[in-house]
Amino acid sequence: MPDKYHIKTRPVPPLRPRIGKHGVVDWREDCARCHNCVKKACVYDRYRQEAEYIHNLREVEALYFDCMGCFSCVQDCTKGILRLTINPEYERLGNRYWKPDIIKTTWLQAETAKIPVSGAGYRGPFSGRGFDSMWTDMSEIVRPTRDGIHGREYISTSVDIGRKPPFLSLNGSKSLDSLPPLVSIPMPLIVDLSSPTHTLPKLDVIIEQTAADTGIIALMDSRYRPAKDEHLQNIAFYLGPDSPPVPDNLLRKTRLVEIADSPAVRERIKSLKKIHPQIVVVVRVELTSAGINRAIELAGLPEVETIHIVADANGDELTANKPRFLKDMIRQIHTALVERGGRDEITLMAGGGIAMPEHMAKAIICGADLVTINLPLLVALECHLCDSCQPGTPCPAKLEKIDFSYGVGRMTNLIAAWHDQLIELMGAMGMREARRLRGDVGRAMFFENLEEEAFGKFYGKRKTD
Amino acid sequence: MARERQIEDILPANTLKTRVPQEQVPRVVKPAPSRYRNEIAKYLVHRRLDCERCGKCIEVCEYGVHDRKPGFKYFAEPQHHLCIGPSCETTGHYCVAHCPKGALQIRENPMFQALGDYRWTADLILATWKMAETGDVPPAAYDYDYEGGNSGGGFDRLRFKFPKQPPVKLKASEIDTSIQLNKRGDGRPEIKIDVPWYGGGMSFGSVSNVTQLSKARAAVAFNTFTCTGEGGYMERMRPYDDHVITQVATGLFGVREETIQRVPIIEFKYAQGAKPGLGGHLLGDKNTPAVARMREAVLGISLFSPFPFHSVYSIEDHAKHLDWMKHVNRRALIATKVSTPTDVDMVAVGSYSAGTHIVHIDGGYGGTGAAPDIAKKNIAMPIEYAIGKVHNFLQAEGVRDKVTLIASGGIRTAHDIAKAIALGADGAVIGTSELVALGCVRCSRCESGRGCPRGIATTDTELSAKMDVEWGTQRLINLYSAWQKILIGILQRLGLRSVSELRGRADLLMHLDYTNDVTART
Repeated sequence: MPDKYHIKTRPVPPLRPRIGKHGVVDWREDCARCHNCVKKACVYDRYRQEAEYIHNLREVEALYFDCMGCFSCVQDCTKGILRLTINPEYERLGNRYWKPDIIKTTWLQAETAKIPVSGAGYRGPFSGRGFDSMWTDMSEIVRPTRDGIHGREYISTSVDIGRKPPFLSLNGSKSLDSLPPLVSIPMPLIVDLSSPTHTLPKLDVIIEQTAADTGIIALMDSRYRPAKDEHLQNIAFYLGPDSPPVPDNLLRKTRLVEIADSPAVRERIKSLKKIHPQIVVVVRVELTSAGINRAIELAGLPEVETIHIVADANGDELTANKPRFLKDMIRQIHTALVERGGRDEITLMAGGGIAMPEHMAKAIICGADLVTINLPLLVALECHLCDSCQPGTPCPAKLEKIDFSYGVGRMTNLIAAWHDQLIELMGAMGMREARRLRGDVGRAMFFENLEEEAFGKFYGKRKTD
Repeated sequence: MARERQIEDILPANTLKTRVPQEQVPRVVKPAPSRYRNEIAKYLVHRRLDCERCGKCIEVCEYGVHDRKPGFKYFAEPQHHLCIGPSCETTGHYCVAHCPKGALQIRENPMFQALGDYRWTADLILATWKMAETGDVPPAAYDYDYEGGNSGGGFDRLRFKFPKQPPVKLKASEIDTSIQLNKRGDGRPEIKIDVPWYGGGMSFGSVSNVTQLSKARAAVAFNTFTCTGEGGYMERMRPYDDHVITQVATGLFGVREETIQRVPIIEFKYAQGAKPGLGGHLLGDKNTPAVARMREAVLGISLFSPFPFHSVYSIEDHAKHLDWMKHVNRRALIATKVSTPTDVDMVAVGSYSAGTHIVHIDGGYGGTGAAPDIAKKNIAMPIEYAIGKVHNFLQAEGVRDKVTLIASGGIRTAHDIAKAIALGADGAVIGTSELVALGCVRCSRCESGRGCPRGIATTDTELSAKMDVEWGTQRLINLYSAWQKILIGILQRLGLRSVSELRGRADLLMHLDYTNDVTART
């Protein structure tokens, strides 16, 4: 049995002031200077920390917002001079899809590498669009496996990328025919190309090291040259329509390469295979209105091994008035391939809108073999996703100033935390293999089905949506 | 007396020796104001410096917002939380309008935005506090929306279809809110609880002993139950044995023969709605010396209960466990607590066939002392979907009237309980609402460090001393009392004589997101 997959992590504290959700406004002029000041009684010692923070400030960058929101000081103050507020800076984080909660929890995971644990129940909306309209299953009493996450049985998150033969065949001498190349990575995650609006060349070398440390693969522009040759195993070059070619000697040291979709895709694959027969070629398909059909069509071509479908950063269909969401597009492609036959032969990678670890698990349940991400790694570096990455515009995260060790540490921590959370979900389901999770919609519950079953028969048709 | 004789006959001598006289707690509503100096208010009353101190505001305000202590020249800080806001303008008692200097202002409290969340809105938290303070339904003048939250689905979108006139006119005293917990007719005690809910399992460790005792005493007052959770049985709980459920969970913390024999109900916890499939979590900081002693664990280490029961992989294994428990305690009813996976209906029927008296389903949005955020949001279905699924399946299997179905996990209000019953449950288990009544603001910091800063979900001696048992008991008695009144009000408007008549009457509900054009009763 191979070694258990384990990512080494270390705490990497933030470089920027923390942006918490709550802060306390203090009407100090009304203070009675009493002897039972609630500030001294703060369970989290925040008032002293705030004083220290202000004392140590060299330049005023941000106010101190790390209140835990327990209201104790507010409610106990003799003169009632304290007011709890929501930090406006916190509310400005992210956008309509990458909500402040997502940014905050990503920061926390990048700092600690731990699974976020909290008390009290779930606090959010009942359900929502996209990945929030499905729940993963769990299994009790009657389970497919004996152990949960703390058990003796190993939960494997490995997946294989490439074309898999539908059956094994023997040649004349009764030995196995040669098998097509297959790339195995220890978790169903690949780092996608940086989004065009968030490109920072300095990050590439950090991503390269992170991919090497975690054993996953990062997609890089064809012009990129890795810092270390041995990292080529964890790099896949992307060959876009106008990309310069990668030197053959470099290409031969990689395991995976991605090409843009084009009418000449078959020839392109053949030419790459000629240079490096053991390489797995991925075809990138942008999920525009034609994307789904194109992905299904490509999967039918014998040369195509792996398809990478990519929605926009929010998981939406590109250039559509009423965009479909990534989850539904994955299901559509997966189902079409299952119906046509040969789903197991092709590998489907899905990206765009994967913002949290549950999205990774849910995308796989919907039919992807693995997912690709880019923005979460950027957020790990304290990026606010303010979308103003222009030369000359100040970056609130000061990304241009981060150092290598900090960057690798934060990104590695985030990937480790995601891995652990995938295991949590799989452990709850009683699943031991990420490979078997793919397309297993029986391990999930969908909003529309549950609604119909629970309410449809009593209350007619659903009005809103 | 009969009950005592029965226990003497049944309990083994060793356990009988440990039995102490059972304490009674009167079901009396008394005011139990907030233990904090400044109650959070929906509106703020501002008095400008040019106030002439004429006292007109004290005279006109019906709610006691303004006060000047005898002998004092200046007014005390207004009691903001008593103010009903600008809607007062139409009552003729609006202080702002009556102030001769126009020195008073009323505005919304900006802090209100920082309180609560989608499931527990600020309104709901304040209304629950009000009920816990007064023991009554919050006055309409305060305009609290306390039927549910703002989550946009499930209970929050379901409403009762009240007829203009109830089909039968009933007095409140004619309405029965009790439910039977043993429907099997197997010779075991037919335990009836006076209200269709009991307290959920919260272990010593996750909450303080003051919280546990307050829950137990309120359960005695309302002739219902509270559950030990997975943390052992505190000696101080023994005077309330007859209203305690011993939980047997996968970690088996504090489970001993005598703790099983002491109580009338034993609950097998397979999973918890907030963290289905993951086992209990008690992070190291909260494993204090007292908790470690109780759980026979090493001080300061995180305690993760395994999942699942390593001796239960089939319904047959489950039946074996129940038989064992029934043998150890010959008077006990057995409850089986499971989460809400896609096959929850089959689990429920399987559990019935294994011999359980109470099937307790705990939905995905349930409360917890500590759970991974990913589990809280994503694993297992919300309870609103599971209730009907289980109810219908039990009915189809012809065993619905042989088993008690209890729902929990996201049940926050009396309305939620009524809706859960209408969807098919017999009753509900509540947890978070009790904690809110004790002063919880749902800051979600129960899990680590010294625990709850408000002294509820903590075992830190200094923090848990913020609350005393008498006050806690009274707050819960008040909340239960208010809920019972709300429930009776709902049944009255529907013309139903008992809460059991409401069971499975999904036709009495409507869903705000549906066309609601199905007329036939399904």
